[in-house]
Amino acid sequence: MSTKLNRRDFLKMCAGSAAVISLSGYLAPFMKEAVAAGAPPVIWIQGASCTGCSISLLNTVHPDIKEVLTKVISLTYHPNISAAAGDLAIKEAIYKVAETNPKNFFLVVEGAVPTGAEGRFCMVGEEENGEPIVFEKLVKDIGSKAKAILNFGTCSAYGGIPATSPNPTDCKPVSKVVKNVPIINVPGCPPHPDWMVGTIAHVLLYNDLPELDSFGRPKMFFERIVHDNCQRRQYFDNAIFAKTFGEMGCMLELGCKGPYAHCDATTRLWNNGNNWCVGCGGVCIGCTEPQFPAWPMYERMPDMPVGTATSVTADQIGLLLGGATALGIAGHLAGNVIAGRIGPKKADEAKEGEA
Amino acid sequence: MAKIIVDPVTRIEGHLKLEVEVEENVVVDAWTSGTLWRGMELIMQGRDPRDAEQIMQRICGVCPTAHATAGILALDDAMGIEPPPNGRIIRNLILGSNYIQSHILHFFHLAALDYVKGPDMAPFKPRYEADYRLPADINAQAVDIYLEALAIRRKAQEMLAIWGGKMPHVQAIVPGGVSEVPDTSKIYKFLAYLEEIQAFIDTKYIPTVQAVAGVYSDWFAIGTGCQNFLCYGGFPLEEGMDHVKKKKFWDSGVYVRGQYKELDTGLITEEVTYSWYADDTGGTTPDVAVVAADAKKKGAYSWIKSPRYNGEALEVGPLARQWVTKNPDIVALGDKAFSVMGRHFARAIETSQIAKAMKEWVLQLQPGQPVCTPHELPKKEVVGVGLCEASRGALGHWHRISSDGRTMVYNAVVPTTWNSGPRTGSGAATVRGPMEEAIVGTRVADPNNPVELVRIIRSMDPCYGCAIHVMTPDKKTISQFAIN
Repeated sequence: MSTKLNRRDFLKMCAGSAAVISLSGYLAPFMKEAVAAGAPPVIWIQGASCTGCSISLLNTVHPDIKEVLTKVISLTYHPNISAAAGDLAIKEAIYKVAETNPKNFFLVVEGAVPTGAEGRFCMVGEEENGEPIVFEKLVKDIGSKAKAILNFGTCSAYGGIPATSPNPTDCKPVSKVVKNVPIINVPGCPPHPDWMVGTIAHVLLYNDLPELDSFGRPKMFFERIVHDNCQRRQYFDNAIFAKTFGEMGCMLELGCKGPYAHCDATTRLWNNGNNWCVGCGGVCIGCTEPQFPAWPMYERMPDMPVGTATSVTADQIGLLLGGATALGIAGHLAGNVIAGRIGPKKADEAKEGEA
Repeated sequence: MAKIIVDPVTRIEGHLKLEVEVEENVVVDAWTSGTLWRGMELIMQGRDPRDAEQIMQRICGVCPTAHATAGILALDDAMGIEPPPNGRIIRNLILGSNYIQSHILHFFHLAALDYVKGPDMAPFKPRYEADYRLPADINAQAVDIYLEALAIRRKAQEMLAIWGGKMPHVQAIVPGGVSEVPDTSKIYKFLAYLEEIQAFIDTKYIPTVQAVAGVYSDWFAIGTGCQNFLCYGGFPLEEGMDHVKKKKFWDSGVYVRGQYKELDTGLITEEVTYSWYADDTGGTTPDVAVVAADAKKKGAYSWIKSPRYNGEALEVGPLARQWVTKNPDIVALGDKAFSVMGRHFARAIETSQIAKAMKEWVLQLQPGQPVCTPHELPKKEVVGVGLCEASRGALGHWHRISSDGRTMVYNAVVPTTWNSGPRTGSGAATVRGPMEEAIVGTRVADPNNPVELVRIIRSMDPCYGCAIHVMTPDKKTISQFAIN
């Protein structure tokens, strides 16, 4: 393939309803070509994480992950995949690649950065003098030499699970640890594999960052609100609310965070289009948002659009929900509350939710 | 005395450091240290207890369904509710599908590169050079299967998502059952996936393990370990509130010093002899245990606690399950079962076992019938206990909930703490953890290339995301692991 994919078509592909076609399959030949033409290597490091982001990447549909691993992305080091262990892993596969490609490699960070106890809550290797190499140092050393940092997952992007109250290890997002290096946040717990592959493809193909929202997320994946495109949206519009799991109805009363969450899972779907969070009758837990997981998962947020469990201000709500859309939702919800369709008391009397 | 340090050990889940002492190339002592701590259980304190299902499954992205299962069983237990048959079966299908993806991922992508020579390119290089013994054609075939296995384990996750919503981290497991409603199209979609995966297991996975076992037969005598086993029992096959006694696909049991015995959960304690926690806070049962850090504690060398059963160290995992439930293929191996290859063999056999069982279970689903029992938060202080078998072994969650419906104490006693917790006792009464015990006595041909050690570690499929999650942090003083 010799024609370069132009950026406009690329963005259209990424933002499109990709449930029908495989985004990574479409992008693979272009990525391969970029790598063949000398695109920078990608180093993947892992801190305070659960490995879920890596496992999600392994769910890339087409090309089967083997293409991504062996041909598409020059994935020099990955803690779960690399053959190397011990000294080989840290010295050969990480430091050496970073030092021989200054400002010409991309760093993927999975997991938050523990800064308590001088970083020793996460030790990733050992110096020759026996001192531990802490993850915080690794992120600083390697991150400062990177062309850009790709935070995969809510932990590296915003702190996520380990950084939530009481934040036992003083975990921080990467942006608080490394300064003056461009950062792309690809949140999600875990992120959809297309979001990760698409973001890597963008930086490899255009040697440039995709357009980001105010929380550093690529707009091509995170512009839309779950609630707006939800398959259960008509229930909401008709004030039919589920009271227990397994019932039909909008799941606002069961704690769904769809009105606050930005992602395109509603149309992209998960695991090769098989299902998604609300598709299985579960609630959206808002895992792509900076506040995740500070809110209670299974309690309805009492105040719309963002509840008392979080400490965000009205301005932040505006940012969170994206300006006009926020007003639209807030007005829409308020309308329903005024009409007596939502609210604990009225909802208890409602019969519509019973399946 | 020479020392070998492998840090980090890769191709496991999470962060591990291994330090051994060798005399004339034979390991005389071994210390395993978990090197990441996130404090997952502290994060639960004070929260809505139902959040446990979401928060605790994020202990581990490889086996989130196991923590979701143990977490939800503990909640059901605390609330005194029981799922309807559809809920029970769908939970089994979710956990079972993840067994398949986890076992295939483990053998091919985490362990196999110690025996199969990968292509000479990143990420297969650099690597510890091992004694790669497979004939060239079989090796090439194994590399092909390595790549095919990536697709198969992805499909196992897709199969899981039919019921779980998505993977990693499922959305459908809720108190009293599940949220996914079965219909015939989902059932047949699941069966179609299962057919393909079953064929892979029986014609590729098991034969590859057999081929590796054939040329590495000496590994049936290496990595023996403590030879004591624990199985909590898994995959309930009937309704009933007695979670220990009710009929399950695998029954519970223990095997200690050559004797089979019934499980008594009251004998489980977590010890902190060589962990960075104050001595007087260890040795208690997990429904009350709240340990206090003592980062300067002399002689301590791990963030991991050491679960003990009546003082004994027990190995958990596929070998433990198959040995405790007396699988004839494993029992036939005799003492050879207690080994690196024995563990890989048991894991492969049970992958097929689970796939076959799921084919029956999915056809027991009844579209149109309920999937979930409504729940209420407890109004008095209660303790819920959730025991299950994770793909890596016995997993228990203990959840104490206050009278105002908040989490007070949360303890997850996980497979990797059973297997790779530090030693307990001292002097002649020292009881090493199963992994340390399995490493001691191993011959390391080339101390600069200690492939033998990582083979033993990986045979136990350790998961350090799971292992290290409780203590009270002392943010200023963390002593260092040092050996005199």
